[in-house]
Amino acid sequence: MATDAKRTKFISARFVVGRSGQPIIYALLIVLGVLFTLPFVWTVLTAFKAPYEIFVFPPTFFPKEFQWSNFAVVWQRAPFSTFLLNTLVVAGLSIVGDTITASLVAYGFARFRFPGRGFLFLLVLSVLILPEEVTIITQFMIYRWMGWLDTLKPLILPAFLGGGAFNIFLLRQFFMTIPRDLDEAAMIDGASSFRILWQILIPLSKPAIATVAIFSFLFHWNDFFRPLIFLNTTEKFTLSLGLRFFQTSVEQGGEPLVQLLMAASVMMTIPIIVLFFSLQRYFIEGITMSGIKR
Amino acid sequence: MSTTSATLRRPRRSAARRREALLGYLYISPWFLGFLFLTLGPMLASLYLSFTQYSMLSAPLFIGPQNYVKAFTQDKLFWTSVWNTLYYVAISVPLSISISLLLALLLDQGLQATKLFRTLFFLPSITPLVASVLLWKWIFQPNFGILNYLLRLLGTSGPMWLASPEWVKPSLIVISLWSAVGGSQMIIFLAGMQSISSDLYEAAAIDGTSRLQRFQSITLPLLTPSIFFNLILAIIAAFRTFTLAYIATEGGPAYSSLFYVLYLFFNAFKFSNMGYASALAWVLFIVVITLTAIQFQASRRWVYYEAED
Repeated sequence: MATDAKRTKFISARFVVGRSGQPIIYALLIVLGVLFTLPFVWTVLTAFKAPYEIFVFPPTFFPKEFQWSNFAVVWQRAPFSTFLLNTLVVAGLSIVGDTITASLVAYGFARFRFPGRGFLFLLVLSVLILPEEVTIITQFMIYRWMGWLDTLKPLILPAFLGGGAFNIFLLRQFFMTIPRDLDEAAMIDGASSFRILWQILIPLSKPAIATVAIFSFLFHWNDFFRPLIFLNTTEKFTLSLGLRFFQTSVEQGGEPLVQLLMAASVMMTIPIIVLFFSLQRYFIEGITMSGIKR
Repeated sequence: MSTTSATLRRPRRSAARRREALLGYLYISPWFLGFLFLTLGPMLASLYLSFTQYSMLSAPLFIGPQNYVKAFTQDKLFWTSVWNTLYYVAISVPLSISISLLLALLLDQGLQATKLFRTLFFLPSITPLVASVLLWKWIFQPNFGILNYLLRLLGTSGPMWLASPEWVKPSLIVISLWSAVGGSQMIIFLAGMQSISSDLYEAAAIDGTSRLQRFQSITLPLLTPSIFFNLILAIIAAFRTFTLAYIATEGGPAYSSLFYVLYLFFNAFKFSNMGYASALAWVLFIVVITLTAIQFQASRRWVYYEAED
């Protein structure tokens, strides 16, 4: 109905502007769209510049000649393939851990009655407002004691122990929309509770599980704080730490590496953008679900 | 007879109940283990450490509340970091909430190409923050950056931005706005707006209200739960700002972007003052929890909840 209304001349009563105001909205959208996009454009153009074009005044907008080689040089000058591999290991295993563990926990909260359930679920959610700083120092010492510092393990373990409060919340909400009749029918047929989860709830929850997997990937691909604390040596770095490899200061006599820094940033961002365009629906729905709380 | 069947059935039912409860506990056990070993345990341990002097070289030395006393009465950098953080929270949170709301409103006018603009606003929020900060650092570069060049074309000379004690916080706020306003906040506002029933607007229109009046008396009140939700999370995130300043300035120049968590991080992982850093972490924890609790209390006065049916 709403779309029909748009196509005809009628402008719905809910919009803040009538027909006469629409050009203003368009103008605002375009100005803001440009403001949001320009930094990306400037980065990509810088990534294609030759070293001598970096520190010139006035700055040039377009590179004289597109230096595609910058992207290859990044891989030669820094162990970028190692960074990528480390990041993929962390993100890949965390996706497995997050989806499996969060499904199990969400199932427990959605389908079983037990004393303290309400309180425990509140505890799950309370972690969302807990500043991580209050646990990270002792976590660091625990991992040091276990000999896990400077390994990828501290970055992966949490995914297998709870799978993230937000993920549990999301899956629980989703499981609760699935009618219990399905479980009960299977139970009468003698299916175990685990089989009900595995063969009924999970297949019906594919969109929610995909959302969890995407956000898990996004978090681990972008995370900087935890790798910074737990990792030391270059060979263990993830991409977000490795990006700083090219952050040398020219004032201190370094050569201009800004074009490489930008090329590396572009390469780190492209997978995320591709992921967004191919799975846009899950991004938006996942966030929307998080807003419908209480 | 009826009594016997009742007594016979009861234990069986409670056995089933117990089995159900046991299975429930079993399924949530991965989370519970994580909560014990990654959250509750470390929290309590850091509470203890906050009353010690501990450099990780020798055993923690119990010193009572000295760390807290030192922070509040002797440590000038502590107050610098508190001031910087409060400044950042007070400016960036209201700006980011209102810009997100404005963006959502612009996207909710039923115009063509709205999806394209939604994507343009959203992309910075999923860009790795490290990459975003590095690219803005290059934009803000005082001598060769594009921003000061554009300003010069307009006839003024720009400041040193991230290298200037006066401009560094506003510059960081610009970066944080760019990378956050079009993200989850905007999407949540948009979803909130689109979930308001059109009947309300149409009824109000029949009563002869203006569009602005309808925005004020229908959209805004019904959006207060989304505003509240975004506000809680935005304030916590702003208090915890770290990566932004760490990559852009490492707290400089002259400590003018030394945010609280940055200072905490330096104490813990640069100076190995684990006891002092733990005390700083607990102060942050108490401030954040208190602020959140106050907001929940205050929300009763301004957040509008539709009666549940």
